[in-house]
Formats: sequence, C-alpha cells, structure tokens
Amino acid sequence: MSSIISVANLSKTYGSGFKALKNVSLDIKRGEIFALLGPNGAGKTTLISIICGIANPSEGKVLVGGENIQASYRKARSLIGLVPQELHTDAFESVWATVSFSRGLFGKPKNPAHIEKVLKDLSLWDKKDNKIITLSGGMKRRVMIAKALSHEPQILFLDEPTAGVDVELRKGMWEVVRTLQQSGVTIILTTHYIEEAEEMADRIGVINKGEIVLVEDKATLMEKLGKKRLTLHLQGKITTLPDSLSHYELDLCDGGATLVYDYDTKGDRTGITSLLSDLRSAGIRFNDLDTTQSSLEDIFVDLVRTS
Amino acid sequence: MNYRAVRAIYLFEMARTWRTLLQSIVSPVVSTSLYFVVFGAAIGSRISQVEGVSYGTFIVPGLIMLSVLTQSIANASFGIYFPKFTGTIYEILSAPISSFEIVLGYVGAAATKSIILGLIILATAGLFVPLHIHHPIWMLTFLMLTAVTFSLFGFVIGIWADGFEKLQMIPMLVVTPLTFLGGSFYSIDMLPPTWRTVALLNPVVYLISGFRWSFYEIADVSVAVSIGMTLAFLVICLIVIWWIFRTGYRLKN
Repeated sequence: MSSIISVANLSKTYGSGFKALKNVSLDIKRGEIFALLGPNGAGKTTLISIICGIANPSEGKVLVGGENIQASYRKARSLIGLVPQELHTDAFESVWATVSFSRGLFGKPKNPAHIEKVLKDLSLWDKKDNKIITLSGGMKRRVMIAKALSHEPQILFLDEPTAGVDVELRKGMWEVVRTLQQSGVTIILTTHYIEEAEEMADRIGVINKGEIVLVEDKATLMEKLGKKRLTLHLQGKITTLPDSLSHYELDLCDGGATLVYDYDTKGDRTGITSLLSDLRSAGIRFNDLDTTQSSLEDIFVDLVRTS
Repeated sequence: MNYRAVRAIYLFEMARTWRTLLQSIVSPVVSTSLYFVVFGAAIGSRISQVEGVSYGTFIVPGLIMLSVLTQSIANASFGIYFPKFTGTIYEILSAPISSFEIVLGYVGAAATKSIILGLIILATAGLFVPLHIHHPIWMLTFLMLTAVTFSLFGFVIGIWADGFEKLQMIPMLVVTPLTFLGGSFYSIDMLPPTWRTVALLNPVVYLISGFRWSFYEIADVSVAVSIGMTLAFLVICLIVIWWIFRTGYRLKN
C-alpha cells in the first residue's frame, strides 16, 4: 500500500524553546485508519497542525499525496479535511451555510447534492437551517465533521473526534468513519479512548514527549506486545506456594483463593502445560480457569512509561 | 488563484453585514444625521461659509470620511479577529488559499461595506444640504482608496489584537481623535499657523482634503499630495500584512 502522507525528520520548537516534536518520521498508508495515541502534550496536535498548515515546522519535510506541504500547499491542503479537537464553530451561522462555506474555501464548485448527502450521513439534515449555537455538543462535533467532508477530501484528520460525546453517538461516529474508509478516505485519528483505537484502527502509532515511540499494525502490536493472563480458581485456599513452583512467578490473590500466571504469547512455549503438571504434583487443585488478553490500553501505558 | 475561496470569504463577511443590519448600516447613518443636527444646524447657523461653501455642505466630505475610516477599520479588524477569537481561523489557515486571497476576501468585504455606508451617508446628507460633486470619479476614487487602505489597516489591527480591548484601542484612542482633528468639521486654514503645521502631521488631513476637493474644488493641501499620502499608507499596510503572513505573526505558531 503506497503512502499518502510522508513525514520525514520533522521537528518543532516553539518560541519558548519547548520542543514539541523531535525528529519525527512517519508514513501513513493510503486508505488506512491510523490511530495516533499519546498522553496530553505528547505532540499529537502539533503534528496534525503542521501537516494541515496551521503551524510552521522548524525542520523536516512533509509530503501529502506526494506534494510538499509548503512548496505545493494548495495541492497538498486540498486533499485534507480537518476536524480539530476543540469545537470551533461559527455560532450564528446556519449548518447549511457553514458547511457550504467550507466547500467554497477549498475551491470546490457548489454542489448542494453533496452537502445534502454529507448532512444526511451525519444525521444533520433536519438541522440544516438551525443556527449552530442552538445545537448540542455532539451535533456541533458532527457539523465540524461535515465541514471537513464538504470538499470531498482524500485524507481526514480527526483530532479527538469523540471527546465529550456519549457512548451511543460515539458508536455512530465510528460507523461514519468506517463508511468513509470504505469510500477510500484515509483517516488519521488521535484519541484518548484506547477502546476507540482498538475498535477502529488498522495501524497504531504511539507518540510521547514529541517522539514516535512505535508504529505497528494493530493486530501485530497486540500479538507482539500483548501478554495473556491465566487465572486459576483453587479448590481450597493456600497460604504459601511450594518451592517447586517458584520459577513460574505466580501471584497468590484473593486471600489465597486464586493463582495468577502471566505468560507471553510470542514464546514457543507458554509454560502452561508444565505449570498445570507441577500444580498437580504439588497437590494444588483448581475448580476453574480463565485466560484474558492484555488490552491496548495496558500496552499503551507500558510503552509510555518505558519511553 | 482560488477565486471560489475569495468569494466564499467575501460573501460570508457580507452576510454578517446583512445579518447585523442595524449595527452595520443603520447605526452609522443615525450617528451621521445627528452630526448634521449638531454641527450643521446648531453650530453651522453661527458660521456662514467656509471658503465659499456653506458650513453644512462643507462638513459633508469630512463626515463621510469619519464614518468610512472608522467603519473600514472596525469591519476589517473584527472580520479577522472574530475567527481568531472563536478558533475558526483553523479552517482558513488549513485551506488551499494564499495570504493574498485571504486579505482580498476580508479586506474586499470590509471595504465594500464602508463604501456602501459612505454612499448611504452621502445620500442622507443630500436630505439636509444641497450637494454638488465637481469630480464624481475622483470622489469615488478617494472613497475606494481610503476604504481599502483603512480596511488593510483594520486587518493588521485584527491580527495584532489578542483581546477585545486591543481591538478597540487604536480605533478609539488614535483614529477617532486623528479624524476629528483632521479637518472633518473645519478647514485647517482656520487654525493658528503653529497648529496648522502640527495638523499637517496628521495623515487624515490629506484624506479629507483630497476628498473635499473632489466635492468643491477646495483643499487644505494639494490633491497630488493627498493621493500620494494615501497610497503611501496603503503600501505600508501591505508591507505589514506581507510580513504577518510571512512570519505567521499571531496567526501560526
């Protein structure tokens, strides 16, 4: 899959001396959903702002659709739709007027049919004549998505798209994003909701302190870094573990009622078979067992902590 | 050239004028009518003529300039400041549009509003005093040149301002006094010699003088100097705006 965005050695130092981005290199593949994760102040919004033309880079190069964002800014920017993190809206404009304005701003001829489709897809059609100030927060968020889609972009940046949005609406937005991807739009989203990245992304990038810590296919990332946990519910409580089990690094939990064993899915041998065998030899019996996979959130927290 | 983007900004700004018709058009017209009542009728009755023109007629160009100057600055500064304030400027900055096109959209709309306003005030003045314009083409040229120049100046103020107080500061504390002291209601020939020299340091004198000449062929300074000074200020504003976009001053981090 070819790259639609190519970021090379990008750095950003603000006037205060704060380095928001440090030599960031990143490729976004055409047609994918890429989730950029990172704690507050990691550099996510700065990176998006530079790619979209809102902030100037200090060093480095960015190509969008093969076009340099500075030398060929018209071509590069015309490919991009941006939904920023904050709800910046023209409070006194109607939904129709503000979305139509965005299309004109990107140099596209009037196309009421397209605007109508966008508004209908985002369940905003019946609000088209309402002033934005009268809309709820969730609706304003959708208006911003409609503005970004008004000029039929090939790339859509969603900076914290579901921040402050209720669960039902969030799932509705996920559907919209998936539909957009199916129509060929490349989507880059930043989010605090790990669940969102886990649910939607094809690839995940983690940024921390202005540096890209990791970029990986979501499935590979989960497989590569994911740990599994085996929990054994014992027939009777025990107070100590026999020495023969010490090398498994088991945790005795629930007052001695459960044994917890963490193992790595990457390894050829998980150690489960020998553990069960050794437990039987030690006379420790159990009623039930279950396994759980570590979530993306666990992985993310680990990465940020160690980076 | 992204004509559609310029048109979008221009129409968006003009739409705001129609939406706030009372504030944009009616209010300045009412204010100007009051000036006629106070200066034209009350004071004018005690001053027979100024350089061969009745006082009420004499102040018409100055009154138009007063409104055009202040409204050009107010329209353009608010036009660009408001998106900065609300955050919607992100869309302008991320659109495939050059800085020249952005200025053309905002300043074009601000100047259009001022010119419309100037013409409405002119028509309103016609209800109070008899008017004859000797050089209508020059009158429109001065009107447009002043509207564009001060809209550019307003655009600079809108970029510079980081709060509503700053947005009002220069128009209230600098431009309005300069306009009142720039010969709106009198000829600077009526001043003592020392103050006349001081008055010549006021750029607004040249604008009003040239504009008044287009009406009555009377001027405090030569018409060429008036045009030269207006163009010089226009060029200064253009240079400042070019620098703003080049450096991203108060627009881009």
